[in-house]
Amino acid sequence: MKTEFNIMVVDDEQVVIDAVVKICSSEGFKVDSAIDANEALQKLSKNNYHLVICDIMMPGMDGFGLLNEMSKRKISSSVIMTTGYSTVENAVKSLYTGAIDFIPKPFTADELINSVLRGMNYIKILNSLKSKKYDSEIAYVPCPAKYYRLGYSSWASEENMGSILTGATDLFLKTIENISDIELFQIDDEVVQGNACALIKDKEERLHPLLSPVSGRIIEVNNAIVKNKSLIEKDPYFEGWFYRLIPSDSEYELKNLINCSSDRM
Amino acid sequence: MFKKIGFKLILVVGITAVVIIGIFSFYNIRSHSEALLGEVERHANQLSETVKHSTRYDMLLNQRDRVHTIINTIGKQLGIQNVRVLNKVGEIIYSSHEEDIGKMVDKRAESCYACHTANEPLERLHITERTRIFKQATDSARVLGIITPIYNEPSCYEADCHAHEESQTVLGVLDVTISLADVDEQINQGEIDTVVFALSAVIVFSLLLWFVVKKWVDKPVKELLTATHEVGTGNLNYTINETRDDEFGMLARSFNNMTQKLSEARIQLFQSDKMASLGRLAAGVAHEINNPLTGVLTYSSFLLKKTLNNPELNEDLKVIVRETKRSREIVKSLLDFARQSVPKKNIVNINEVIDRSISVVENQLSINHIELKKDLKPDIPQTTLDSNQMQQVFINLLVNASDAIGSNGGKINISTDMLKLSPFGITHIKKATCPKRHDLMDNEVKIDGMPSIKLKVHSKGKTGFINLDPVYGRNHHLINWDLDSDDLRVVCPHCEISLINSSRKCPECAAPIYSLEVPSQGNIEGCLANDCSWQKWDAVDAGGQKEYIEVKISDTGCGIPKENLPKIFEPFYSTKGQKGTGLGLSVIWGIIDNHNGTIEVDSKINKGTTFTIHLPSSNGTGVR
Repeated sequence: MKTEFNIMVVDDEQVVIDAVVKICSSEGFKVDSAIDANEALQKLSKNNYHLVICDIMMPGMDGFGLLNEMSKRKISSSVIMTTGYSTVENAVKSLYTGAIDFIPKPFTADELINSVLRGMNYIKILNSLKSKKYDSEIAYVPCPAKYYRLGYSSWASEENMGSILTGATDLFLKTIENISDIELFQIDDEVVQGNACALIKDKEERLHPLLSPVSGRIIEVNNAIVKNKSLIEKDPYFEGWFYRLIPSDSEYELKNLINCSSDRM
Repeated sequence: MFKKIGFKLILVVGITAVVIIGIFSFYNIRSHSEALLGEVERHANQLSETVKHSTRYDMLLNQRDRVHTIINTIGKQLGIQNVRVLNKVGEIIYSSHEEDIGKMVDKRAESCYACHTANEPLERLHITERTRIFKQATDSARVLGIITPIYNEPSCYEADCHAHEESQTVLGVLDVTISLADVDEQINQGEIDTVVFALSAVIVFSLLLWFVVKKWVDKPVKELLTATHEVGTGNLNYTINETRDDEFGMLARSFNNMTQKLSEARIQLFQSDKMASLGRLAAGVAHEINNPLTGVLTYSSFLLKKTLNNPELNEDLKVIVRETKRSREIVKSLLDFARQSVPKKNIVNINEVIDRSISVVENQLSINHIELKKDLKPDIPQTTLDSNQMQQVFINLLVNASDAIGSNGGKINISTDMLKLSPFGITHIKKATCPKRHDLMDNEVKIDGMPSIKLKVHSKGKTGFINLDPVYGRNHHLINWDLDSDDLRVVCPHCEISLINSSRKCPECAAPIYSLEVPSQGNIEGCLANDCSWQKWDAVDAGGQKEYIEVKISDTGCGIPKENLPKIFEPFYSTKGQKGTGLGLSVIWGIIDNHNGTIEVDSKINKGTTFTIHLPSSNGTGVR
């Protein structure tokens, strides 16, 4: 499977390209590279890549420009964004514009591999959904209307009291095979939009960070999901919530999220 | 010069004065000369009557010599020019000038025409018509003449001489002429006097006006001009003397206030500009450093995975990975700093905040041989505060303490405690109004860094202001003159509404008390006597005692001079010269104030300084 999986890394730093190529090929992936967006576009038009790992800050066309150009040219490769200027804004914008994940630099080999593996699973699930021959195992539960999602990773839902309920999307949970453990934050902890708010461990002890959809202070933690992990897989949008939090600036932050009502169009 | 306001003002007022004084002088001279002439006329008339009556008897007896003598005698008197008697046909019969006797006077002569202008001569004339003023020669003095007709009477035509017939009405005319030389002299003198007075009045008036305009308009305008010029060229520290209490004084005060605000804004702008460029620098550094760090972290973590069976190498690689991750966190916090984190309150233990603050400055303290003693009460309850801001407060105070001690070593004590405090002596009055809701807070006069409450006082004919301490229970006044409690009015500086509660007296010293409104917190009352500290605030007293966390930071440093203590919390007050911005303590004050807490300072020169912070242990109950 992995050898059929083509990855291209786009970065203006040779050392980053070398590292990504080394790590990914050691995992058995086929890895190509490009030093800027133009070279990446040339290669994309010739070859078919499943996944593009793309730096944001590049001379000439930047990562967002490349992402735009790809959607214009109907290149369906999934994109993982990465940048040394790892601000909340960049993370959120990446996921809003269609990247499937965001890895802040500098990253460890594991952080990269885990993200790539999730990406591979994500593509696999999408393909099987498209071919409409999904079996009972991959039953995709769509994000309910009036919910907001950060990329395909986490969701947020406004409650009447002004608090916000957050959790992981079904698709994100499905990209992590066999959840073995969940590390949650505590009550009164602060979470920041686009930063990790929970670590989900799979059966191979890989850690997958869940990026928080909004910033705020946690007022309630759903400890039921730690005891009963199947809860989040069965009902990720209701019973399987993660945190209830008091948002610090939900009005502004929700604008940067994708409205799930638009998924149904 | 002709375009100056002062000159124009003097010109306008001067012209007005000239016109008014001119009109006044004109009428004054006229009435003066009229009165004088009237007097002369009356005198002449009386004289004529006297002559007529005194000669009457002699005339009846036809004793011409005696009549002559009388007329001569009278006519010789000073000021009387001539006394004549003319008969019906105009012949001069008697005259004080004997050479005229027997001469004929023409009907058109000035002494006759009054009656003889009409064809038939008039017989009765009013005194004014009988009077005439004329000049005998163009260069001689004026003369007033009065004619008195001598009427026929029975005694005249029945006399033995039979000189007159019964049918005659007027027998002759007595003509008296009086020189007006003296009167004219007086009138002239009067005219000269009045003109001299008018001119000197106008000159004195203009000089006075010039002086007043110079002192009250020219000078302050010049000062303001210089000041605006100075400020225009960038000197924002220029201040105008604001001791005047007229509009220019107000202008000067608002001008100084404006320049002060401007300079504060400029410094703040400079500060934020500095922060912004620092932020850009941090962001740039972060980006640049993160790429090579990616190389280090990816390769080392990759190697770490590959060398699981080589424990020795694995351990070393773990160190590399760990330290690279640490570098990653440092760069991340650099980026966070650049984005200026927004204030956010969370529930924390203040002891932890203090511990974190200490860990930041520990090195600096040990370099300066400063011994830090911690005395933190272990069971302090958690409280809601912005831990980052509070950390900034403690770091700032610790650094200040270390600076005060210098490099020769000393001690810093930091302690926390819980205590219950009644609102009396603690609660800060942040806003007070008069019954008409005018704000009484005075940002210009601060007591312990807090805006005071400004009241206007009228007493013994004087007007002044008192500034009250805004801390409930510390009823001390800032005032520079004695009040007389029997003759005292305390009013709102904006609307002059009385602030004295006349229905009550101070329960301790029976002096008048004031009553101020605290929005949504009821009324606060206090004694106006200077040496009495009675104060009462029912709404706050009702809340009872409250729990406070007390943090004390004391040092054995150089101390703060007593005269500087009131100023230390003011923005831009600094004794560190180029080293400090003077913002530290004012920012600290602002942070503590935002937490509804108080900060106090106590200092003795060369002994040390103690800062005491009181924070409400449960948030939201303090006075906003």
